[in-house]
Amino acid sequence: MTVPVSDGYACSMAKRQAFDPVQAYRTMMRIRLVEEALVKAWAAGYVPGEYHSGIGEEGINAGVVMHLSDEDAMALDHRGTGPLIARGADPLALMLEVMGSEEGMNAGRAGHMHLMDPELHAAADGIVGSSGPLAVGHAIALQRLHPGRVAIAFHGEAAANQGMMMEAYNLAAAWKLPVVFVCKDNRWSITTASADVTGGNLVARAASFGLATAEARGERVDEVYAAAGKLIKRARKGRGPGFLFVTCHRPGGHFEGDPIVRITKDPITQSADLVRELRTGVQGRERGATRDTIRGVSEIVARSSRAMRDWTGVARKDPLRRARKAIPEPTARYIEGTESEAIGRAAATARRKTGSRSAFAPDGDRT
Amino acid sequence: MTRMLYGEAIDYGLGEAMAADPTVVTWGEDVRLIHRQLLARFGPDRVLDTPISEAAFTYAGVGAAMSGLRPVVEVMLVDFLAAAWSAVVNAGSKFNDFSGGKWPVPLVVRARVGGWYTDGGQHEQTLWGQLAAVPGTTVVCPATPDDAAGLMLGAIQHDGFVVFLEHKLLSEQFLDYLGGSSRDTVDFSGLLPAAGASGEVPEPLRPIPFGKARVRRDGSDLALISVGVGVHRCLEAAATLSDEGIDTAVLDLRSIAPLDTAAVADLAAQCGRVVVVDEDYVRGGLSGEIAALLAEAGVPAQFRRVAVETTIPFAPALEQAALPNTQRILAAGRELATL
Ligand SMILES: Cc1ncc(C[n+]2csc(CCOP(=O)(O)OP(=O)(O)O)c2C)c(N)n1
Ligand SMILES: [Mg+2]
Repeated sequence: MTVPVSDGYACSMAKRQAFDPVQAYRTMMRIRLVEEALVKAWAAGYVPGEYHSGIGEEGINAGVVMHLSDEDAMALDHRGTGPLIARGADPLALMLEVMGSEEGMNAGRAGHMHLMDPELHAAADGIVGSSGPLAVGHAIALQRLHPGRVAIAFHGEAAANQGMMMEAYNLAAAWKLPVVFVCKDNRWSITTASADVTGGNLVARAASFGLATAEARGERVDEVYAAAGKLIKRARKGRGPGFLFVTCHRPGGHFEGDPIVRITKDPITQSADLVRELRTGVQGRERGATRDTIRGVSEIVARSSRAMRDWTGVARKDPLRRARKAIPEPTARYIEGTESEAIGRAAATARRKTGSRSAFAPDGDRT
Repeated sequence: MTRMLYGEAIDYGLGEAMAADPTVVTWGEDVRLIHRQLLARFGPDRVLDTPISEAAFTYAGVGAAMSGLRPVVEVMLVDFLAAAWSAVVNAGSKFNDFSGGKWPVPLVVRARVGGWYTDGGQHEQTLWGQLAAVPGTTVVCPATPDDAAGLMLGAIQHDGFVVFLEHKLLSEQFLDYLGGSSRDTVDFSGLLPAAGASGEVPEPLRPIPFGKARVRRDGSDLALISVGVGVHRCLEAAATLSDEGIDTAVLDLRSIAPLDTAAVADLAAQCGRVVVVDEDYVRGGLSGEIAALLAEAGVPAQFRRVAVETTIPFAPALEQAALPNTQRILAAGRELATL
């Protein structure tokens, strides 16, 4: 079952050219509430395994997905909740799936990294980089079967270093496919700063493959909407693929339980632990030159302060804060009220249905 | 002897090798943070973070091994090694043979395997059967910290291509992110084999040779043969079965390639009943290989296998049922005992 973000949303948005800030805010608010509910459920032990939230990406998800309708396809990465909710996925079915219920949108077979819904023509995959070639495949099919439709690949900036992603850029350009790659740059790949392991500039890289490029700031949904609109329109007309580069933030870290986030949340104890741990690692064991040891330890210390710097003051760039300012206060409050009601109810139902995962035990005798 | 956690023991083996030989280097995604103690000991020139480019950095391991280094290339999960499959099946395993034995490839590919902690069908595979199928490949998976340290040291010192698989359920790091210090609302202790997660490691460390299985428990009625976490599930089942009067042995293969064919055949002959417990897929893998070797050796034994037969589902109850859990092992053992 799908739940329209507003009545007639799916068809009206595609035809309308003008940006609708109210619609954008409602979409972003719904995504945020679902993400927050899942993050809380994770901490409370209702979500087994990992969870990668898309908090910080709402402006990208809404700004791109508001252009999509009908047979338009989406290939998603490990942060697929946002685009699916924006496209109208049922929040309850999605939450049940993430919590590991057999009543979830994928019957408990998928979990959050493989959420998929054929009705929405959207599927997530946990193999970094695969959303590129998968979207290329959707685009090949759309070009033949549904001319005028477009495929979107959502991927992180670090996924741009995956071989199959670069092969997909080339294939899309060589075959002039109706596909748009949406590169979400949060500057991190788990605990590695992407700048440290990436050569050149990603927009220039994409352009050199022959992709039309556009850039936007992820905290400005209107900017994302405009930039995405240009590329999607071109692609629909058969004028070739696009690459949308959008900056964003990852305030929750890579996944819930991210060790770097722990360091930044509780820097004093955690760094003391870290230093103690590094010292015991070095002491009393044969090691390399002292110079190398110093360089090694400072690398770790530098990394956690870099992460801390990146993630403090992120609130200023909260895409929801920006989007809220663009609409009348009573409208914002109305949206917040109705969406919190609905998502709160769905979250409570999901928790009730799955039960806490606290007692992991083999042989399925968990209650 | 020092008490160590499983993951700690692997890094202990790697650290010993790095201290002894400056040509040993390691690279992979996030290794500087994950193995920060090695970074602190040996510096950033020998512990390198890679981009998410598995095909390139695994192939690069082959090239570096051909040019004088002994790289330990870490692939976060074996599922992601699929993105670098060609480096394994067409290069690392092949070049020594292509050179007529003149150009060995002393490369270790280190990857995490296995499930039980709810990570879905694309993050919980073991794939050791497929890896072991390729000639020129050594594949090991330790079940305890002492084996973990000794096999890692052996893998690095070995002049050939080795895939070293570490089981995530035994490795403290993964479970710590998902429970432990991240949230106290989940408890993995019911799943976790205590004897595998922590144990005594000998100092000084000696390399463990490949193809030598380890009898974890002797018995005369039934042989349970396994590797990795399966060994611990077997030990649990063996205790129950022995209480029921079925004297049950447990063999830990430790290496999937080469297989210790003599140990397998001897124990099977001794017991006359064999259950292979394999956290890999049932088709085209380890369990069928053991059946074949018993047939070829002319050992007449009743045979069952408990392995993974479906895509591993995400939902915990479905996942546990799909994996070779203790109940499934008990059922197979009891069935054979009646024959
Ligand atoms: C092929 C492959 N390699 C490694 C991983 C492990 N992994 C999951 S997410 C991730 C980082 C992805 O970074 P990016 O693409 O920038 O997305 P972000 O997490 O920052 O949103 C990695 C390395 C994986 N899932 N698949
Ligand atoms: Mg990133």
